[in-house]
Amino acid sequence: MSAYDMERLSRLIGMLPPAPAAWVGAAQELPQARRELDGIVARAEADAEFRRALIADLESALRAEGVEPTWPLLDELRRRVS
Amino acid sequence: MEAARDDGEASARGPAALTAELTDARLVAQCRSGDEQAWRSLVERFSRYVYAICIQAFRLAESDAEDVFQEVFARVYERLETLRDDEAVRPWIGQLTRRLCIDRLRAGSRETVEDADDLSEIPADDVLSQLEEAFDIHDALAALPENCREILDRFFARDESYRTIGEALELPAGTIASRISRCLDKLRDAFEGRNAAPGPSSEQVT
Repeated sequence: MSAYDMERLSRLIGMLPPAPAAWVGAAQELPQARRELDGIVARAEADAEFRRALIADLESALRAEGVEPTWPLLDELRRRVS
Repeated sequence: MEAARDDGEASARGPAALTAELTDARLVAQCRSGDEQAWRSLVERFSRYVYAICIQAFRLAESDAEDVFQEVFARVYERLETLRDDEAVRPWIGQLTRRLCIDRLRAGSRETVEDADDLSEIPADDVLSQLEEAFDIHDALAALPENCREILDRFFARDESYRTIGEALELPAGTIASRISRCLDKLRDAFEGRNAAPGPSSEQVT
């Protein structure tokens, strides 16, 4: 007799519901987000006014570049421009 | 190699559905070569696993879980080069997720209680081992024909009603229960066959 009856199988399937689509999407876009981040940092190094505005509101700066401001990206940007 | 040394996780499809034909090692190798589609597939493959560890095993609040989730994949992306055994990517991601969950709980404890080591939220090993088993079942599910994969995932993992499933898959509601039953049989056969010998069935269930 199988150890995997219907009840056990269904419970195990149910233990892994999908993660929120936005979380998955942000993680999937990491390579592109890193490239955008490099561009933002390069611009900040070349443009003092942009750098000041960036430091004042990192989250808005990322959003303006079309990057979802996840915590790791914000943290990295903060480290690179401060 | 930092993380590996230190340590020694959408669509309607299951965690491995998009990459069922790829081994973990192959997927990691493709990511390492800069293949962004492979990276998307790797995130898809492990997203439920990471999410479940955060939410079910450690019972993190949604906002904490989101931070840990993003941090896990950021670290995996940064440190994939350092992984010593490409086949070990799943235990590596699992361990990284658990460690970041514990860090998050400790940070929360420091804010609320004096003894930050008193972490009653740390899950028992059996919860984590059940999640490992659940991942294996989803892996087997990903290898089933799409009609089975869809209906089992929608009903059990997404908690959709017969009516919702019927509308989405254009099936009469009266046929869904029997289809689920047949697909569970196929899943069990595939899972047990996979553990005994490779080669799950690809027959369609009607």
